Amino acid sequence: MNQSFRQATNALRAVYLRELAAYFLTPLAYVFIAIFLIALGAFTFQIGRFFDTNQADLAPFFLFHPWLYLVFLPAIAMRLWADEARGGTLELLLTLPAPSWSLVLGKFLAAWTVAGAALLLTTPMWISVAWLGKPDNAAIALAYAMSFLMAGGYLAIACALSAAAGNQVVAFVLSVAVGFVFTAAGLPLVASAFGPGLAEALASFSLLTHFEAAQHGVLEARALVFYIGFIALWLTFNAIWVSARKGG
Amino acid sequence: MEMLKVDSLAKSFGSRHAVRGVSFGVATGETVAFLGPNGAGKSTTLRMIAGFLEPDAGDATINGSSILTDRTKAQLSLGYLAEGAPLYLDLSVSDFLGFLARTHGLARTAAREAIARVAQDASIADVLSRPIETLSKGYRRRVALAGAIVHDPPVLILDEPTDGLDPNQKMAMRALIARMSPSKAILISTHQLDEVEAMCSRAVVIDRGELKADATPADLAKSTASGKLEDAFHALTRTEKAA
Repeated sequence: MNQSFRQATNALRAVYLRELAAYFLTPLAYVFIAIFLIALGAFTFQIGRFFDTNQADLAPFFLFHPWLYLVFLPAIAMRLWADEARGGTLELLLTLPAPSWSLVLGKFLAAWTVAGAALLLTTPMWISVAWLGKPDNAAIALAYAMSFLMAGGYLAIACALSAAAGNQVVAFVLSVAVGFVFTAAGLPLVASAFGPGLAEALASFSLLTHFEAAQHGVLEARALVFYIGFIALWLTFNAIWVSARKGG
Repeated sequence: MEMLKVDSLAKSFGSRHAVRGVSFGVATGETVAFLGPNGAGKSTTLRMIAGFLEPDAGDATINGSSILTDRTKAQLSLGYLAEGAPLYLDLSVSDFLGFLARTHGLARTAAREAIARVAQDASIADVLSRPIETLSKGYRRRVALAGAIVHDPPVLILDEPTDGLDPNQKMAMRALIARMSPSKAILISTHQLDEVEAMCSRAVVIDRGELKADATPADLAKSTASGKLEDAFHALTRTEKAA
């Protein structure tokens, strides 16, 4: 491992731990997790009518993940870069001996960890279903894993737009709007508005579409590639927008 | 040997030329003042040297590494106190210093020792566990300076380190810089001319982005009839504005 890569990983780890501390030493992460869990519970039981389905699966639970991520995840990511610009610490951060990608990745991974913690705290739902019936545990595990990847997609958008906007409110609004486009592209309503060829092409860019197969217990390689590629693309935009700030 | 070498740095913002081909160097053991009126291009020059702004032309070399082609290595040799001393207010002093130590590659034990050393040097040992947001301006400035030196860099760039400090705090800050100066190349941007005479072996003066003088404070003072550094600074920077 050469010295510059080692230095980059040192910075990545330091930024990750600093951001994690910023989430968990303030009420931010706790408030986010609590409201996310309450909202997810309300949607699952009230709108999804979890008990009325009379089935030992978590379909009504996973159904609402994309829509809750769309609103909740920009709320935790909007501060990541905009706050640095507002507080004047961007100069401190960008003069550290670290490439932009390590700072971008450190911040993203910290936000993704918070999202992962929120998702982990929903596992009592799984335990309850397993206790009440005989669910397909492999399918549920797969849906959890893909939901986590999908959360990374929404977060990557919000991280990038936080760097581009430099203002928390603008970053939040833009992230929800862009996230909505990448969610709604997979809706039947959108598909019916366009021709079948165009609708299929649009749906292939939707975070929602690639989650549907996983909800039915099917692991699609293209979904895996899509989510990883989607995250990488938006983190690349993030690094570009951070580097652009050095141009003055 | 010049640990910091600035070579023809230039930067424009739109049609405004903020810095025009500024060149100078700082050797180990030197404390060089970087002088100029507000808007002369001092902070822009320092930001380019520190790697925060990309220069339009020219380069800066820190401990032999170019800020353009080997930025990370150059920044490892640099301690930079930015204008306004930005800090993470939500962190405690020791967590903030620990963060900076880790980003500079210090292992856990080395970081602990470095924090203890700079806490002593910057006289902040009594506030290590306190959140930065609860500290006075003087303490915050010292914490920022401690952060700049936690990895013991051979080159230090300080942008107005005593700005806003009371006379006692200024004296303590000057004493700390004086203690570090024999082993480091230090560049200080300041408006305090008494500070320059007291601490600096050389003064680099810029105005409207152009280098106007690079001489010892004594030689600069001698260039005027009054023999005062203040008048030399006035003469070097005022005439251009009138033109």
